[in-house]
Amino acid sequence: MYFERFDPLQGQCLQILDPMGKVQEDLRPDLPDSRVKQLYERMSVMRLADQMAMSLQREGGMGTYAPFYGQEAAQASAAFLQPADWMVPSYRETGALFLRGVPLANLYRYWMGDERGMLMPEGLRILPIAIVVGSQPLHAVGLSWAMKLKGEKAAAVAYFGDGASSQGDVHEAMNFAGVFQTPTVFLCQNNQFAISLPRKQQTAAATIAQRASSYGFPGLLIDGNDIFAVAAAMTEALADVRAGKGPRLIEMLTYRLGPHTTADDPTKYRASGEIEKYKPFDPLLRLRRYLESRKLWDETAEKDLVQRGQAEVEDAAKKAKAIAPAVPDDIFAYTYRTLPPYLKRQQEDLRAFLKEQAAVEAHHG
Amino acid sequence: MAKLNLVSALNMALDQEMARNDRMLILGEDVGREGGVFRVTDGLQKKYGAARVVDTPLAESAILGAALGLAAGGMLPVAEIQFEGFIHVAMDQLCNQIGRYRNRSRGRYGLSLVIRVPWGGGIHAPEHHSDSPEALLAHTPGLTVVQPSNPADAKGLLLAALRLGEPVVFCEPKRIYRAIKAEVPEGDYTVPIGKAAVARQGKDLTIVAWGAMMREALEAAEELQAQGASAEVIDLRTLSPMDSETVVESVRKTGRLVIAHEAPRTLGLGAEIAARVGEEALTSLLAPIERVTGFDTVMPLSQLEDYYLPDHRRVLAGARKVLAA
Ligand SMILES: Cc1ncc(C[n+]2csc(CCOP(=O)(O)OP(=O)(O)O)c2C)c(N)n1
Repeated sequence: MYFERFDPLQGQCLQILDPMGKVQEDLRPDLPDSRVKQLYERMSVMRLADQMAMSLQREGGMGTYAPFYGQEAAQASAAFLQPADWMVPSYRETGALFLRGVPLANLYRYWMGDERGMLMPEGLRILPIAIVVGSQPLHAVGLSWAMKLKGEKAAAVAYFGDGASSQGDVHEAMNFAGVFQTPTVFLCQNNQFAISLPRKQQTAAATIAQRASSYGFPGLLIDGNDIFAVAAAMTEALADVRAGKGPRLIEMLTYRLGPHTTADDPTKYRASGEIEKYKPFDPLLRLRRYLESRKLWDETAEKDLVQRGQAEVEDAAKKAKAIAPAVPDDIFAYTYRTLPPYLKRQQEDLRAFLKEQAAVEAHHG
Repeated sequence: MAKLNLVSALNMALDQEMARNDRMLILGEDVGREGGVFRVTDGLQKKYGAARVVDTPLAESAILGAALGLAAGGMLPVAEIQFEGFIHVAMDQLCNQIGRYRNRSRGRYGLSLVIRVPWGGGIHAPEHHSDSPEALLAHTPGLTVVQPSNPADAKGLLLAALRLGEPVVFCEPKRIYRAIKAEVPEGDYTVPIGKAAVARQGKDLTIVAWGAMMREALEAAEELQAQGASAEVIDLRTLSPMDSETVVESVRKTGRLVIAHEAPRTLGLGAEIAARVGEEALTSLLAPIERVTGFDTVMPLSQLEDYYLPDHRRVLAGARKVLAA
């Protein structure tokens, strides 16, 4: 019903929870209070996890990290996937991956420059994160096509940003999905920036959601800082695609409160007052207002949550730091199923070189 | 003369040519307000306006395809691809279109355009931000591929590239963007494209390198000197069309050759250099040619990156091997 009622071409945007924490009852998706509370808790821990990553980076233990500060509700979209669904993430999906069950320590480990962090736990249907912007929606199309061919009632969800929507690959992915009616959900997290470029300079179209119509399937623009809208859109889109009704596009309008990555300085391109304007729309703040107004949450619960959450992320950071560093042999282990002889020789050469160096250094040291 | 790093030297070249040639425009992701993620285009949008320093949508194929059209239309586009790993997204435009345009148009459209690309590893960046796909480009007929190794060359080569009348891929070794400071002439000058430089004279062996590997090669040569061996170090500077004559000439003198590059070994530029030396100076060789290179694997993330990238110690080991033979 959401996709039918809200037409992005008419400038409509689905919002259920307003910034003051009031819910529009006739649009409310079927979410019991306990579930809403749980979502709030996981989103809060997500934010703590994000902050922990930022401080790990500042300590020097991490290379580059892409924070999702301000995008917690959109990241919580992952909570609505079923185990049989595939998640096809970009580099900004740390929160979503965490929610889907990837251990936080693994995610930290990856950003610490250790590829082993990208080994997904057995049984979790998640592709490795995509760094090449816009490459992964095509993979989601193929994956969901495979589900369809095998008769599985499952979807693949492609996560990408507003910047990515300018890539040819993303257009091609949507076109394929439309033509082959694949069970794909295109999930655009529009955080209004691609590094320094504001969304308005990314496309002259009013919305990204409206593109769906030109590929022959429905699109929906939602307030991506509103967990109720996220829940409503995800639930409906996933049910529709699993039922064989073809692909769906959801544009989640949010705002990147932090830098693009830890290597980026947003003061170069963003007016200082701009962030303040968006702070009242903070997805956590809104949800907390709602919970408090329903007497489901209070100061004590919040304190307790922060304490537990902090312990959880500190534990993950400790675990990540404690993992023994990857060894050079790891470089050679996965390029091919079996090492060709010349590559084996390269590996042996490196081993010999390192042994020799160690001997030289021991001699001098 | 001021002491500048590579970033400032490149910025100076762009600035000077923008002022000289009003047909020049810069386009790419984050090149305007942000000044590029490495700040190479810093301040240029303020100075020349948003119509000449253009922040484009995130689409490499569009950036290069449009650059082709702009060049055919009489402009001088300078496109930035943010990191070398993303040039693949535009490979059709680059290899199938830009590289072949002079030939396809029977010489009518010799495209004047420069594609600047931060290049290579060593800065502990995420996946796809540390590769050296130079061989892919050098293997493409019609593309000129340049890689400077120091600030003064960077400025002179970029000015030469902007005036060449050919599509040039200008690879900027990001590892030394800020690691080297050197005297850079303030005035207008060019460093010839297609000419290698003898960066250091020597008689016992030849070391060929380019880009960031030049630092490692020169450091290895320093150490060799202390050990009584004199290495001639050649900076290839233009990777394609390649000046192998300078290398061959040097090998005729020294009889020994080490080629150092950070790209994977198989079918890397080292293979081509070795083949040319084999063809033209085989009888001068006193030892088998040694290649010191990256591995034929995916470039690892930061934890293992230093094992992948050949450093001066590995160049030194290669040199010892050819000297011992
Ligand atoms: C093909 C490609 N080009 C350039 C980059 C460099 N880059 C990384 S993230 C980014 C901006 C992406 O913006 P958007 O798609 O809106 O996603 P966001 O980062 O805001 O989540 C750019 C240009 C890249 N990773 N891949």
